[in-house]
Amino acid sequence: MTLCLAIAAQTAEIAQAPAAHAGGSMPFLLVGLWVLLLSVFVGFEVIQKVPPTLHTPLMSGSNAISGITIVGSLYCVGNDYPLSAGILGILAIVCAMINVVGGFVVTDRMLGMFSAKGGKK
Amino acid sequence: MLALIDATNIVELAYMAASLLFILGILKLGKVKTSKQGNQWAAYGMALAIGATMLLLVTRGDWDPRDGEWTYQSHALAVGAMALGSAIGWWMAVKVPMTSMPEFVAFFNGLGGAASMFVALAEVPRAAERSHTLAFEGADFAIAVSLAVLIGAVTLTGSLVAYAKLAGKLNKSRIGPLGSQGVNAMLGLACIGLAVWGGFFAETATHLWISNGLLAFCSLLLGVGLTLPIGGADMPVAIALLNSYSGIAGMTTGFILKNNLLIVAGSLVGASGIILTQIMCKAMNRSLSNVLLGGMGEQAGGGGSKDEGYTKVKSTSGEELAAVLDAATSVIFVPGYGLAVAQAQHKVRELAGLLEKKGCQVRYAIHPVAGRMPGHMNILLAEADVPYEQLYELDRINDDFKNTDVVVVLGANDVCNPAATNDPKSPIAGMPVLTVWDARTVVVVKRSLASGYAGIRNELFQMDNSLMFLADAKKALEDTITELKAL
Repeated sequence: MTLCLAIAAQTAEIAQAPAAHAGGSMPFLLVGLWVLLLSVFVGFEVIQKVPPTLHTPLMSGSNAISGITIVGSLYCVGNDYPLSAGILGILAIVCAMINVVGGFVVTDRMLGMFSAKGGKK
Repeated sequence: MLALIDATNIVELAYMAASLLFILGILKLGKVKTSKQGNQWAAYGMALAIGATMLLLVTRGDWDPRDGEWTYQSHALAVGAMALGSAIGWWMAVKVPMTSMPEFVAFFNGLGGAASMFVALAEVPRAAERSHTLAFEGADFAIAVSLAVLIGAVTLTGSLVAYAKLAGKLNKSRIGPLGSQGVNAMLGLACIGLAVWGGFFAETATHLWISNGLLAFCSLLLGVGLTLPIGGADMPVAIALLNSYSGIAGMTTGFILKNNLLIVAGSLVGASGIILTQIMCKAMNRSLSNVLLGGMGEQAGGGGSKDEGYTKVKSTSGEELAAVLDAATSVIFVPGYGLAVAQAQHKVRELAGLLEKKGCQVRYAIHPVAGRMPGHMNILLAEADVPYEQLYELDRINDDFKNTDVVVVLGANDVCNPAATNDPKSPIAGMPVLTVWDARTVVVVKRSLASGYAGIRNELFQMDNSLMFLADAKKALEDTITELKAL
């Protein structure tokens, strides 16, 4: 009960902060949820009929895309963030870049095997 | 229109373009002809996103070198960290042999989860600075931070366990108390409690760090506990699911940073992972929860090395197999994980080439869960230049086995176990299998009579029309090629 009250109180506190959503535009949460809804739908549609041959490249390619957190980790070394956050940010950058570069290069290598074969024909 | 010309808006437009490149990239990745281009487009999207973010941080003053010493060093460090990460990623990706692809995909995936976890934890000192709970930007913000820590951490350790299992460095389903469902449930509850404490009650720096640190710790343990019980043969499902998690973790960081690009990219990956997971589960005729609660293979002593009392097995050799193949007009190869382990893909291709020269029809039957990740066999055979027109999926080839002279099973087991169709009590009952026993002759190339990952006896080994060639797949194929050339 106290828990619910605490959460409710804090939500109300935020809702009253006028600067957050000046100009009467939608709060980010709602915008974000719209974007989420539509992209999940696009994701399902786009991926539905991929032939099994491409399951591995698709997985490793999309795995590389999940390294998009690199964008988030770059924010963490900005001025808004204190030193300790910057350190976490640096760690995040290294991890995310390994994921991104490793993922795309591995996928390219795999797909190279498919296309090399196509070329010979 | 003029209002759009402003660094923030230009960056937002660049993010939009990057999102589009991701979507189109994945779309193209799904078609054989355009897949390579699709991957490149997605990579361009990523480069654009990174470039735009750096532009934003510099123009907004976040990365202003005049703004104090730490920031000056921090963005130099950030660029250095990017270079370091890229170099490591590049080096690993170039160095990995194709056969270890499954474990490296899992490894990269884990790092994606780690990045999301770190990004979320970076919000903790910001809250501490303000002496406020994590809800300093709203309750949804606090929830997003906790979720990103939880999912990111589970992705990290889950993927590392998957990596260790795939690399053959770990085959336990328990480590101490970890791996039991009871402990997982307790860890899950602990995570919820810590998330509530850390998100809505902890206000001092100490409390914030303790609660969120413990949340990360428990989530890391949970990732291990959730992945340990999943059997080796179910790894394709686990990898697809963990891939999905890393996307979801990225998506939640999008809610933390109020960044649509992260939400789009994260949820695309999340959705694709879920679909792949579904496809894999369907291929095994098992529900996702059944796979996750797992333990099927491990409890039955998966990978045991006993002969398990097969009585009327007929052994064969390279000489006999060569003679059998020489007389055949149609041959189907059924590759499995054993082929990958033996690195025998080039030898199969060589043998197939010899047979084709003699006018024999050669095809390959690919079971959706053969190998250790979705599409594993396709990748392996592609490496050996096997034309993908010769690769047949289960439902396209099952009716053809009865008109086939010889089927050569190479290091596959459970995917062609008749128990799935004949024995309703079998743990794999109802799983669609390749009906290789319909062929005139089945030759099973296998290192021993041990059961596969599912730990189930395979009656195929002692059927009247089957011959066992007990050898490493590469060695067996080499022998056969030599004998065939000598004929």
